[in-house]
Amino acid sequence: MGTTKIVTDDSFEVDVLKNEKPVIVDYWAEWCGPCRQVAPVLEEIAKEHADKIDVVKLNIEENPETAQKYGIMLIPTLNVFSGGEVVKQVVGAKSKSALLREIADFL
Amino acid sequence: MTDVRDVIVIGSGPAGYTAAIYAARGRLHPLMFEGSVTAGGALMNTTDVENFPGFPDGIIGPDMMDAMRKQAERFGAELVADDVTAVDLLANPKVVSVGSVDYLAKTVIVATGSRYRELAADGEKRLSGHGVSWCATCDGFFFREQDIAVVGGGDSAMEEATFLTRFANKVTVVHRRDKLRASKIMQDRAFDNPKIGFRWNSEVAEVLGEGKVSGLRLRDTKTAEETTLPVNGVFVAIGHEPRTELFVGQLPMDAEGYLLVEHPSTRTGVDGVFAAGDVVDHTYRQAVTAAGTGCAAALDAERWLADHES
Repeated sequence: MGTTKIVTDDSFEVDVLKNEKPVIVDYWAEWCGPCRQVAPVLEEIAKEHADKIDVVKLNIEENPETAQKYGIMLIPTLNVFSGGEVVKQVVGAKSKSALLREIADFL
Repeated sequence: MTDVRDVIVIGSGPAGYTAAIYAARGRLHPLMFEGSVTAGGALMNTTDVENFPGFPDGIIGPDMMDAMRKQAERFGAELVADDVTAVDLLANPKVVSVGSVDYLAKTVIVATGSRYRELAADGEKRLSGHGVSWCATCDGFFFREQDIAVVGGGDSAMEEATFLTRFANKVTVVHRRDKLRASKIMQDRAFDNPKIGFRWNSEVAEVLGEGKVSGLRLRDTKTAEETTLPVNGVFVAIGHEPRTELFVGQLPMDAEGYLLVEHPSTRTGVDGVFAAGDVVDHTYRQAVTAAGTGCAAALDAERWLADHES
């Protein structure tokens, strides 16, 4: 899709768990400064690797069920889902190059 | 090879943005490396900034950084959201590298700020993101009705502890000494808060928990006696260390790694290199003092350029 997409508790199953591509889920909230810093990095990754991976954003305040289910206790946290399972977790804001290294297996 | 800039600013936050605003208004067309995830500096992790003059109702830290950033851009500063990976400040012109790309400049302003200090306790890294946090404003939300610990005795520890009582059942401040370093107003706020308790003369020996934090193993700093404090979360606020790895061997620094400048100027030990903000200052560490020294650094750089043109 080339851009990040917003997902919710309701759309999580379709957009993430049943997605055929690997999906990066960005758990974030309005009040979180480091989440704002990582947001443009994710936009770029979504654009540059649209053929390989989807990038979605889940607001943890508006969607507490999903955040709780996956044990999110720090934001920003990024989970990579593949085939409905969490296959990789990246905790905290990272630079673009560091993040690309972490998710290299899925690109 | 690229052209030689008048000024390169390394690092953002109030010091870097203010330097960029002044340098841009001085028509020096500054190039600024903001850092890819550290852009905005320490204020990105705060909520309300209540003490910056001119904002009687307070302002949100990240909003203030957005505003400073826009102001720098408006006057023609060129902002790059990337990390500087190496510098050669002794060369002429000075070299600032981002990966394999070199940028050249006559003057450099260093405003790289500081980062959180870690506990260096067992379990801290493993449980980071699973109950260990450095940002109360980001992660306090996850600890509703739970017991948590804040480690530290300074202003930021008291600010975090007080903030966390909005969510937590009980907040225990763990401090190595028997009294706080925090300012009187922050101490009073914490002491008056019925949800905040204190564990004095205690240091964290280990963060306990499988998968997520279940407690802290504390060691008494006087008797070495060990006890367990059951908590679901721990917020680390034991101060900062300057981000100066890039400058080791090039710029004079003190024993803790803070850059040395010729007060009241911002001149470092290297001609044409200036430093501002928390990377210099371990005393005041305020947004307004950082902005003040950022301004001074830009003016010092401007004067240096004028002196070296004739």
